[in-house]
Amino acid sequence: MAIKVIAPGLATTVQDLGRPGYYHLGIPLSGAMDRYALVCANLLVGNDEGAACLECVFMGPELEFTRDAVVAVTGADLPPKVDGEERETWTSFPVKAGQRLSFSFLKAGARAYIAVSGGIDVPVVLGSRSTYALGALGGHEGRALAAGDTLPVGAGAGRAGRSVPAALRRMPGKPAELRMLPGLYWHRITAEAGRHFFADTWKVAPEADRIGYRFRGGRPLDFVPREQPFGAGSDPSNIVDACYPYGSIQVPGGTEPIVLHRDAVSGGGYFMLGTVISADMDLIGQMQPHTETRFVEVDMATALKARHDREAGLQKVRDALA
Amino acid sequence: MTARYSFGGDEHVFVEVDEEMSLEAFFKSLSITNAVKQAGIRGVTEICPANASFQIKFDPDVISPDDMLAELKSLEAAAEKAESRIQTRIIEVPVFYRDPWTTETLMRFRERHQDPNSTDIEYAARINGYATVDDFIKAHSGAPWFVSMVGFVAGLPFLYQMVERKRQIQVPKYLRPRTDTPKLTVGIGGCFGCIYSVRGAGGYQMFGITPMPIYDPKQEISYLRDFMVFFRPGDIVKWKPIDRAEYDDTVAAVAANRYMPKVREVTFDLDEFNKDIDGYNARLEGVLNGH
Repeated sequence: MAIKVIAPGLATTVQDLGRPGYYHLGIPLSGAMDRYALVCANLLVGNDEGAACLECVFMGPELEFTRDAVVAVTGADLPPKVDGEERETWTSFPVKAGQRLSFSFLKAGARAYIAVSGGIDVPVVLGSRSTYALGALGGHEGRALAAGDTLPVGAGAGRAGRSVPAALRRMPGKPAELRMLPGLYWHRITAEAGRHFFADTWKVAPEADRIGYRFRGGRPLDFVPREQPFGAGSDPSNIVDACYPYGSIQVPGGTEPIVLHRDAVSGGGYFMLGTVISADMDLIGQMQPHTETRFVEVDMATALKARHDREAGLQKVRDALA
Repeated sequence: MTARYSFGGDEHVFVEVDEEMSLEAFFKSLSITNAVKQAGIRGVTEICPANASFQIKFDPDVISPDDMLAELKSLEAAAEKAESRIQTRIIEVPVFYRDPWTTETLMRFRERHQDPNSTDIEYAARINGYATVDDFIKAHSGAPWFVSMVGFVAGLPFLYQMVERKRQIQVPKYLRPRTDTPKLTVGIGGCFGCIYSVRGAGGYQMFGITPMPIYDPKQEISYLRDFMVFFRPGDIVKWKPIDRAEYDDTVAAVAANRYMPKVREVTFDLDEFNKDIDGYNARLEGVLNGH
């Protein structure tokens, strides 16, 4: 069984739950930007939760199937079509051999996940099928899909006509709210700058991809004066190059915050304000450029509660589809 | 040197061993991260040593953040007494300084540079007080460098020069980062040297290029067959200036899979090093060159 790529979309890649264990060598986690949506897509078509799917951004690909399969599309509201006839998102549907899967225009969100019964069966590299394009690693030949590619698909029957209840489909609010635990180099900015950071409404900048999301529109940060330590570099936003936590917020030059995501650079010389909590990282993957965003200060107890709530939501999806 | 602990969200502990860079801070970071590895703490998913800091990623469903923090603090105390001695490798890395590819790239991004009227290496030579670029190259390649972190992108080594602080080369990063850097560019930002393992964005000053690949995701190159990333923290690098002819020969040898980097096993002792830096470096170079 295989899928022929007729048109690749904008930046469609193979992703699963990611590749932990190699961050200390600069090889990032990778995996789906919205892992909640990826797990839902896999559950809908009867795959293992971590099977490899296609992640597409803003625009869907056009694909031709060489045998019957069950397909589900979750995440962004990017309506799928089978031979031109529209299908529902968050719902599994059959695609027959020879039929083409394509997509209408994006209505909401940014990234859709296409699960196929059996999973996308590209080779496992360092424990994952995810694409890390910068390092030409994993996925289909280490890169985004191109017209003419053929993707192998594993064996799996799947069941059509199953749906994730609307209340369990997770999307960012308006404005989007990202909960964040201050820390790391928070002490480098003044108390007033810290208040502004949370008070201001930020907007997603056009530079928003799998490496990181940049934000604009808030007031520039003021730094607590200090003599820069040896090796850090002269700008007050510079530090001695260190590790960047997944989800950490760096602010080069104190002007535009960048939240690092699944293909993050693993380290560097910019100070960080803190880290977006793990439960909210999925939401970033669904934010389009210009999305209004607020950063909301939380403590560790709230972060852990939110993590628990996200997992409880997934458990409800598992129960609903069992 | 008092370590500062901070949580990176609900999945990371970030530990700044020291605000400023030094080999002492690096050794302490390496020693604690090795102790974390040996302790086998349940729930730890990533251990990432950096230059003067490190980061632990953990699963808070397995170990609570407070317990994780307490475990690390107890290991810090043990690491204080650790020996500053490691078994490592010294590696000769050929560099073609002032090569045409980084020169073309730096000219393309001149408007992002502190001094648009000179090249990166001319600028670095001048602000570090060297009369000529040749003198600067002598300083860059004259003493070994220590791999104090691997990361940023796949397999990129950060390197710290093994000379007393007043002789260490320091340069600012580009005013705005470039969107392009040739693969295998050799550069410096702040006090750190690096080799760009892949083509991509970058902000360090560019001085030359090495013909020796250091990352191979396909694992086809003979010396990267066992693992796709060449460098590890603690490796020692000695640059060897080469000309265009040797660069071309080496590229051809790599393509034919008959190139092997010059690598020797060596013990590095920080206390002995600090007693006589130049003498110690000369002995390291002796090991590399087999005399």
